[in-house]
Amino acid sequence: MSAFVSWIAFGLALACGVSLFLSRNWRWILGCLAGQYLALFLLVQITLPLSSAAAKLVTGWMASTILAIAQMNTGQVEKSETNWPQGQWFRVLTSGIVLLVTLALAQRSLDLLGISLPAAWTGFFLIGIGLLQLGVTGQPFRVVLGLLTTLSGFEIVYAGVENSALVTAFLVVINLGLAMAGSYFLAPLEEGA
Amino acid sequence: MSAPFLWILLPLLLAAALWFVKNQRIAAWIAIAVLILLTLTAWLLPVDTVMSVGGFSVKITPAWEILGRRLVIDNTVTPLLALIFGTAILWFASTLVLTPPRRVIPFGLVLTALLVASLTVQPFLYAALFIEIGVLLAIPLLTQPGKQPGRGVIRFLIFQTLAMPFILFSGWLLTGIDANPGNLGTVAQAATLLALGFAFLLAVFPFYTWIPLLAEETHPFTAGLLFWLFPTATLFFGLGFLDHYAWLRESPLLGTALTAAGALMIVSGGLLAGFQRHLGKVMGYAVIVEIGFSLLAVGLRSRSGIELFLMLLVPRALGLLLWTFSLSILQAQAGELSLDNLKAAGRQWPYAAAGVLLGSFGIAGLPLLAGFPSHLAVWETLAAASPTAFPWVFTGSAGLILANIRLLSTLFVPDGPIVWMARETKAQRVLSVLGWALLVLLGILPAWMTPFWSRLPALFEHLGQ
Repeated sequence: MSAFVSWIAFGLALACGVSLFLSRNWRWILGCLAGQYLALFLLVQITLPLSSAAAKLVTGWMASTILAIAQMNTGQVEKSETNWPQGQWFRVLTSGIVLLVTLALAQRSLDLLGISLPAAWTGFFLIGIGLLQLGVTGQPFRVVLGLLTTLSGFEIVYAGVENSALVTAFLVVINLGLAMAGSYFLAPLEEGA
Repeated sequence: MSAPFLWILLPLLLAAALWFVKNQRIAAWIAIAVLILLTLTAWLLPVDTVMSVGGFSVKITPAWEILGRRLVIDNTVTPLLALIFGTAILWFASTLVLTPPRRVIPFGLVLTALLVASLTVQPFLYAALFIEIGVLLAIPLLTQPGKQPGRGVIRFLIFQTLAMPFILFSGWLLTGIDANPGNLGTVAQAATLLALGFAFLLAVFPFYTWIPLLAEETHPFTAGLLFWLFPTATLFFGLGFLDHYAWLRESPLLGTALTAAGALMIVSGGLLAGFQRHLGKVMGYAVIVEIGFSLLAVGLRSRSGIELFLMLLVPRALGLLLWTFSLSILQAQAGELSLDNLKAAGRQWPYAAAGVLLGSFGIAGLPLLAGFPSHLAVWETLAAASPTAFPWVFTGSAGLILANIRLLSTLFVPDGPIVWMARETKAQRVLSVLGWALLVLLGILPAWMTPFWSRLPALFEHLGQ
């Protein structure tokens, strides 16, 4: 049963990770971010206590909500990048390359990490797509999304080797802190500020 | 009472209370008073010893448990705490005569407390998490709501955040190596991850681009405070790794790698400083050079190397403080810190301009200033230990000094007739002169710094021996 759930989570993370990278609609993007956290929950609840896994899910959704509220308050339209190719095909191609690389890398690190194949694939894919996002953007909102995605991948892989409550608590704080930083970047200037 | 409560939780609680104090001067005075108390207790009071005070028995217990992990402050850590809180007093005292960024006092207190927590958490690996939280808390200091954050802030956030997974993961691998040191594949993986993690965290070449950008984009006071706190915390964190893992400490490649990284940072930072047209950016490159010197000292891999590393701390803190203090005065009164805008500014703000020069020359290691004895000791030891790296390091240091001579020329040589005047306030002049005097005195009488660093090597169980 857990293997089936893991493969579902992998599929969800793959779809959400690629969509988050390709999409330009912030509602869709933040929906994908929430989906990524659902995939994270499904994978880490196998190795972590359910309460810790649930904490990660709630945190991720809170982070998505914080960013959504910030976006709603700004009403900013996403600016296009100037340094990198912008075409969807370029993004699809680079996502495919990241997928291939991470699949190979995850396969090799299975013995070392002691986690299941779908967990390793999902973890490394999210790390890869998050880094790709960071590499092709200079927009603060996108940067925060990239960091949250990378950390999600890291949390999946790290859950297999460390289940300390303190680490879980810190990672919760860091995820929320990143979302707050993102909302701070997006916040409109207050009257008289 | 537990030591972590006194030296970590108390500053955090104070920061929370000061958040609601609107008058920055009052907040600064309260913070200074509490920090003086914390510095004195850290310097004078023994931990885990019963003391009788007026019929009462007091004992500061060393440990405090949180969620299964511990914060431990014993007698080996307290001299470092005294140094950290002591420098925080100077930073906060300078805000009394400046127009610092909003809420810098509470944020500064929180960052100081997190730095202390990162130095005392056990397992020490979790320091990476404390540092990351510090980075996130620094964001509101570095940006303003509604204003697009600069590239420096974005890169700072990215690099510091990426460091954490690398370090946590390498820490897990290192635990495995402790149990099975013969597994060379795991050793290589752990070393690579650790090197990448610290390269991000410590802004080692080529990941240091955020430092000059941040120095240009943000208030000089904020930039200086962060350039003091984060590299210091990270360097001690890194030394914790070396102290803890024998295979890492004894690896023949470690010294070479640290020396190469340090020399590269010094030569690139020193030479690039000469081409900058913004005073903040020059300071940023000087910080890069200083991080390089710390890496060089640690790379010497001996007790003397650790002592040199510790000797560099006080002059760096003083030089950076005077530099940022003076830059803050210039920015508040003259506006932008570009060289074009500050031509002959020394004739109108001579105290601030002299502070910029003395601070920068002090960090560069010019003779008769506080940085000279420690830099001379590093140069001497390096010349004997690594003759290949020495010319590069010397070139970098010379580059930084030449950059400062260029500043001297820009700040004081006028294009036309300009009347000398001093537009700083009296309090600013007094603090500037105190800063100059301290830098010069510690340069002429370096033995005065001995009490600050002589007790620090005990912090490391193996490196300090």
